[in-house]
Amino acid sequence: MIRKYKKQSLLLLTLIMFILPFFLNIYWLDVFTFVLFYVVLAQGLNIVVGYTGLLDLGYAAFFAVGAYTTAILMTTFQWSFWSTLPVAFLLAIISGIIIGTPTLRLRSDYLAIVTLGFGEIVRIVVTNLNITGSASGIYGIPRPSIGGYVISTQKDFYYLILIFAILSVLIVYRLGHSRIGRAWIYIREDEDAAEAMGINRIRLKLLSYASGAVIGSFAGSVFAVKMTAIAPLSFSFLQSVMILLAVVLGGLGSISGVVVGAALVIILPELLRGADDWRYLIFGVALVAMMVFRPQGIWPPQYETEDEDPNDETEDLDGSNTKAPEESPSL
Amino acid sequence: MGIFLQILIDGLVIGAFYSLIALGYTMVYGIIKLLNFAHGDLYMIGAFIGFTLLSFITGDGGLNTSVLGIGMIFVITMILVGFVGMGVERIAYRPLLLAPRLSILITALGVSLSLQYTSMNVWGASYKVYPISLPKNGFEIIGAHISYSQIGMILLSALLMLGLRLFIDKTIYGKAMRAIALDQTACSLMGINVYRIISLTFFIGAFLAAGAGIMSGIYYGTVNFMMGFIIGLKAFTAAVLGGIGNITGAMLGGFVLGILEAYGTFYLGGSWKDVLAFGILILFLVFKPTGILGAKEMERM
Repeated sequence: MIRKYKKQSLLLLTLIMFILPFFLNIYWLDVFTFVLFYVVLAQGLNIVVGYTGLLDLGYAAFFAVGAYTTAILMTTFQWSFWSTLPVAFLLAIISGIIIGTPTLRLRSDYLAIVTLGFGEIVRIVVTNLNITGSASGIYGIPRPSIGGYVISTQKDFYYLILIFAILSVLIVYRLGHSRIGRAWIYIREDEDAAEAMGINRIRLKLLSYASGAVIGSFAGSVFAVKMTAIAPLSFSFLQSVMILLAVVLGGLGSISGVVVGAALVIILPELLRGADDWRYLIFGVALVAMMVFRPQGIWPPQYETEDEDPNDETEDLDGSNTKAPEESPSL
Repeated sequence: MGIFLQILIDGLVIGAFYSLIALGYTMVYGIIKLLNFAHGDLYMIGAFIGFTLLSFITGDGGLNTSVLGIGMIFVITMILVGFVGMGVERIAYRPLLLAPRLSILITALGVSLSLQYTSMNVWGASYKVYPISLPKNGFEIIGAHISYSQIGMILLSALLMLGLRLFIDKTIYGKAMRAIALDQTACSLMGINVYRIISLTFFIGAFLAAGAGIMSGIYYGTVNFMMGFIIGLKAFTAAVLGGIGNITGAMLGGFVLGILEAYGTFYLGGSWKDVLAFGILILFLVFKPTGILGAKEMERM
């Protein structure tokens, strides 16, 4: 059913997301804005963890890179919001490569710890430097504007982040179904075999980190102007864990799953108000239970392949096997 | 000169805690190649159970507790936390022993969160002041003040490590552990109950971490439900520093890291000391992933 009417249901969902603000009070509007932030972040992490299979436990660091770049350029140097985005883009790529390079040779467990260490280093650095406003962070970040219209209300920001969310979903979808995406999935399934087939492991892993970093940093840039104040607390290890949780709950490598995961991670705690103390405990147990009972997530990725038969995921991978060798020099 | 010695002793005490926790990491890693993220939280659970039991016998924070009583509490707490470690292995890790590595890492993360926030719900989120504190008396040596309790902690840690070394080298269980680390399938064919030995490994790891937990609670005076996270990472750094999977390496790595960090804090300031530890970790993983002592096992990293 869903597969047959995929285009229509996606359009309908997009339409609903666009008219949603007219039916929500300010509180739920804010909740949904955060859902969209998490959609962007989780899609970015989905590239790294879901597609390429690299467990990144310091993803909040990229979120911080974007947020602090925008915040510093807008407050100290009075740049406009839009001109900070290319800088955030560049810095995200650079930081993605800095974090990616030392971890290239490492297998999953060490990689997880190193990214965690990097995440903590970034947090400690922004807590201690003066330019990042030390522990109290940066406040008084100006509102962005488009052609004279100042984006300032809740609704404006909802639409701003909605556009970013749609873009990120489209980009991650297109990347995942490109030759690069197939190579990423191949690296996840069997790194040595992928390399033997001529996939440039190093370049593709770095590309994966850099793409994830760029998406995360854009979320950070929008976050900075939405909140008008940022502090190191927003970029802690728990933030990285929550983003990872969204990806894992939804289904590693699954676009729609990750969107559902992001919604769950944000909306569930809102519905469970009063059980605040239990929130992370429930999430922790959920992580364990998901891995033990349903490691593929709520909405596994196999139904997203464009093939007719949902069972031929393996064939899809084989397709990339045979294609990769002759085309790999361009990767 | 005095200050150097002072820092060295402080570093040794912290290093002893790192070593005890690193042993659990390295043993579990050596036997089933699992990076047990939740290990630092077992240390925290140890500190809290010790806190509860100590509060129970000291009443209102009086100091009239006998050494024997405190010793008993050490043993009871360590055994209790050992069982928690076994439970974690049984519930969360055993079903996933054959699963992809990504799944088991995510599970470990989930266990870590669960333990932290269970503790927060049981004992509260605020810092708890430990019911007993250490006598301050000690002796002066070339300008450095060394308390008897610091010496006691280093000795107790050394004793535990010696015990572990003997257990692994001399007993049949230790032999089974070393055998499983080499070849799990062959061991089960030889009639070794592999699951029981893995369980035992978790017990011992948690047992040692709990010892470090109570000692650090007494040493620093306060405990908090988040205390296991950073120290777990640092103990992992210590295990990598010494060569992961290597028991002597973990002990050495803990002391080296403790001393490096103590001097680093002195020269760079306290706010940068975590950066120093993680920097060491990353440098070692990139340039010498086998650590100081672990030269044998190269292919798997």
